[in-house]
Amino acid sequence: MRKYYDDIRRIAGNVVTVRASDVGYDDLAVVSTGRGDSLAQVIRLEGREVSLQVFAGTQGVSNNDRVRFLRHPMQVPFSNDLLGRVFDGAGRPRDGRERINADGVDVGSPPVNPVRRRMPDKMIETRIPMIDIFNSLVESQKLPIFSVAGELYNELLARIGLQADADIIILGGMGLRHDDYLKFRQTFEDGGVLGRTVMYIHTAADPVVECLLIPDQCLAVAEQFALQGRRVLVLLTDMTAFADALKEISIIMEQIPSNRGYPGDLYTQLARRYEKAVDFDEAGSVTVLACVTMPGDDVTHPVPDNTGYITEGQFYLRNGRIEPFGSLSRLKQQVNGETRDDHRAIMDGCIQLYALCRESREKRDMGFEMSPWDRRLLKYGELFENRIMNLAVNIPLFEALDRCWAILAECFEPMETGIRQSIIEKHWPR
Amino acid sequence: MNGRIIAVHGNLVKAETSTRVVQNSVGYCVRGDGTRLLSEVIRVRGNVADMQVFEETRGLRVNDPVEFREEMLSVTLGPGLLGGIYDGLQNPLPKLAEQVGYFLTPGQYMTPLPTDNKWTFSPAVQTGAAVQAGDTLGTVPETLFEHAIMVPFGWRGTYKVQRIAEPGDYTIEDEIAVLSDDSGQEHPVRMRQTWPVKLPLCVARQRQMPQDPLVTRVRIIDSMFPVVRGGTYCIPGPFGAGKTVLQQITARHAEIDIVIIAACGERAGEVVETLRDFPKLQDPRTGRSLIERTIIICNTSAMPVAAREASIYTAVTLAEYYRQMGLNILLLADSTSRWAQAMRELSGRLEEIPGEEAFPAYLESRIAALYERAGVIELKDGRIGSLTIGGTVSPAGGNMEEPVTQGTLKVVGAFYGLSRARSDARRYPAIDPLESWSKYRGIIDPAKVAKVRRLLARGNEIKQMMTVVGEEGTSIEDLTTALSADVFDNCFLQQNAFDEVDGATPADRQIFAFDKLLEVLELEYAFADKEQARRAMVLITDLIRNWNYAAADTDEYRDRLAKIDRFIATKGQES
Ligand SMILES: Nc1ncnc2c1ncn2[C@@H]1O[C@H](COP(=O)(O)OP(=O)(O)O)[C@@H](O)[C@H]1O
Ligand SMILES: [Mg+2]
Repeated sequence: MRKYYDDIRRIAGNVVTVRASDVGYDDLAVVSTGRGDSLAQVIRLEGREVSLQVFAGTQGVSNNDRVRFLRHPMQVPFSNDLLGRVFDGAGRPRDGRERINADGVDVGSPPVNPVRRRMPDKMIETRIPMIDIFNSLVESQKLPIFSVAGELYNELLARIGLQADADIIILGGMGLRHDDYLKFRQTFEDGGVLGRTVMYIHTAADPVVECLLIPDQCLAVAEQFALQGRRVLVLLTDMTAFADALKEISIIMEQIPSNRGYPGDLYTQLARRYEKAVDFDEAGSVTVLACVTMPGDDVTHPVPDNTGYITEGQFYLRNGRIEPFGSLSRLKQQVNGETRDDHRAIMDGCIQLYALCRESREKRDMGFEMSPWDRRLLKYGELFENRIMNLAVNIPLFEALDRCWAILAECFEPMETGIRQSIIEKHWPR
Repeated sequence: MNGRIIAVHGNLVKAETSTRVVQNSVGYCVRGDGTRLLSEVIRVRGNVADMQVFEETRGLRVNDPVEFREEMLSVTLGPGLLGGIYDGLQNPLPKLAEQVGYFLTPGQYMTPLPTDNKWTFSPAVQTGAAVQAGDTLGTVPETLFEHAIMVPFGWRGTYKVQRIAEPGDYTIEDEIAVLSDDSGQEHPVRMRQTWPVKLPLCVARQRQMPQDPLVTRVRIIDSMFPVVRGGTYCIPGPFGAGKTVLQQITARHAEIDIVIIAACGERAGEVVETLRDFPKLQDPRTGRSLIERTIIICNTSAMPVAAREASIYTAVTLAEYYRQMGLNILLLADSTSRWAQAMRELSGRLEEIPGEEAFPAYLESRIAALYERAGVIELKDGRIGSLTIGGTVSPAGGNMEEPVTQGTLKVVGAFYGLSRARSDARRYPAIDPLESWSKYRGIIDPAKVAKVRRLLARGNEIKQMMTVVGEEGTSIEDLTTALSADVFDNCFLQQNAFDEVDGATPADRQIFAFDKLLEVLELEYAFADKEQARRAMVLITDLIRNWNYAAADTDEYRDRLAKIDRFIATKGQES
């Protein structure tokens, strides 16, 4: 027998408060209105009052409508039939095909015991020198691209995604424009991976609560595939839209904001998602790449700031290039010691020189005389930008390292590079 | 069951009870499926207790039973802690992994110490002896140390030893002594005892002034901004500036007996690195595996927030316990900001009046009270124990004007400010030599340190000036000064953490290298032109850096040192 509750006490923002009993915290409910059903989630219990966050928003909900409780938390159906399919934030098919008939798995599973995590040690070769040499990407890493509107961050995401050679790709779109969704689809189709891709897409036109559910669904499904031994890549774009949805809802819930309107638990909310990236001991892995657009190109904005504290580095995409400063892969040292013996020396040496080049450029721009040393640095900067930083460059790691040596030899004496003697003796071009 | 749930909001549960409730006592919220979720009473109003649940509250219902206990949130103390990997509530993670699998399922708790291990006990007192809380009754060997079995710290007054166990093998559950109090009542003592984490554990004759340098083998710390045993320091810095790496290398190289790592609200991956690496790494001072002197407490960012707040206290209590054995302990907390944020989340749910950036008004006093648990103590038998606390701070937006950084700076003895500019330019460790400070005295004569600090400051001024007047407007003397400051920065302050030799510099080598650099910096150079000055400085930088990479007592070392001496002898004229 289905039990309905119709004593709705309050409707505000996305939240409906109904009197009911025996309801579990975090459980799902269905709110039935004249316009149809919407899922909702229990976010507060207080005596007999149950507060529900309604996924589709509360527009059109009346105090005469009915609520039914599902007695389980948010779930997502999981089976191999997901592959090649597209869903929305509430888990409904978006591709006009039938619903998935499979057992659901709870979203927001408990954290992985650190003891059961492997040390990440497999480098993902992207053929982008700014990544491979300077900030190597590693399987099971969680890493965002920091960018601003107008940059081609989704393209970069898709490019790395294809290059990563994962068993399964899961795309989570939040506030995505429909065109961008189609572009991803096209890229995956051209890359021949559509058949092993699952997409959860929330567009700017969909209800804001559904945006919040995208990462959880993607990551729950990814985790299941990984437990089966598969290497899963999750692409999330744009996590700033996710954070903004959190902000909107916490303000409606009258939480005291901590910083520019964002809730005090923004860090925790983001971390619980990003930390799903894992290399399981004796099973598969989940790698998470995300896009974070920085409002006002400000990295101290709470969204990029909290993200940077959580993720294992970040790539700054600016002016169509991956910036050498600020970009970081925290896992690079797990892999770059075993690639080639000059990898670390080139990584440090080239960036230190490029930093000096920027200083010389500043001096030049102020109209100061350039010393011979300044001129060498300027030349170096130019070559480095054209032959290494340029995103059109698409070469394997070793070739990129050789290219760096060639540039150094064109500009400097060995001693001036700051690279230690033993490495110079072995690699300096003659 | 002596209570029932009346409200659930996030990890905050309100429970109604008709019995006595003790503030800060623990309790269990019992979910419909029988799972018991550990909680702590954090506010009592009439017959309603507010409890923070240390687990996800998913599935709890109104009217679910609550079990209140009398005891406060406590840790178990005894042999077997060293090498342990615990969550914030001291559940042993390896054992949980064995029994529960990949995930940290709510409501799974395990005893922190192995109960079937046998420890070889040697009594240290005789029947009839008078003892007090903290006095050693006997010892058991634990890895490198004689682990003292002490009279429970909470026992007040003087006791008489009625029975003491014979030398032999015992488990932590076996009775190893029986003590009688004034009224003649007998109390059994086991090897394990408990202590409430939020109360400082300190049984001492007196606290002493910390002054013994704690060598970390990080040059910029030991030589320029030293820390001492029993002192405190903080490392604020924006993300990616190197806070965690600095903590990790300190955990490896610090010249200290025991290191306690509190991984608080940060990445699980970083804990994995430590727990996979440390068993394989050798402590060069003892020849034993590093894990044998380490305890890891981790509540990483995806683990429940309330337990994050507790984890710091769990860690500091274990540290204090070993200090009672006359050992030197180093507690590394990464990051104290996450601990502060956990307080903020809870305070918000309790609807307390928020302070700056929504942190609770008591934030500063909590920070101060935590660092106050560090210190040097003289035990009742005259031995000395110390607890040093170093915490990272993760200021929002890298802006150190925020409440956690400011509250911390008021109470610590040393400040290592990490700078984004330095980490961007890969100048590691990215400790800003102009902004950082230490109130302690280290291994280098302070007069020499002051000299170098003046040079660095002057070098910085000249560089600022050069951005206005250019190199052409700068005298060759000033240019040489600026370049000399760079030499010191490149050759001494920066250190390659991933290099076997350069990564850790022992104290004697630091002292020698510091003096050698002073010689270089104080040379009376007579360069013909600026290009020659620059070339000389490039040369000496290259020489010293390569010397840094050479292991002591090798030909390479001697050869490079000879070249440096030659540079000094010719005042850099031969470059
Ligand atoms: N001392 C160091 N030597 C070399 N690289 C470092 C050093 N400190 C930091 N790094 C680099 O910077 C990255 C970020 O450092 P980390 O300590 O994790 O930063 P934080 O904890 O401040 O966010 C590291 O993964 C490493 O690549
Ligand atoms: Mg860190």
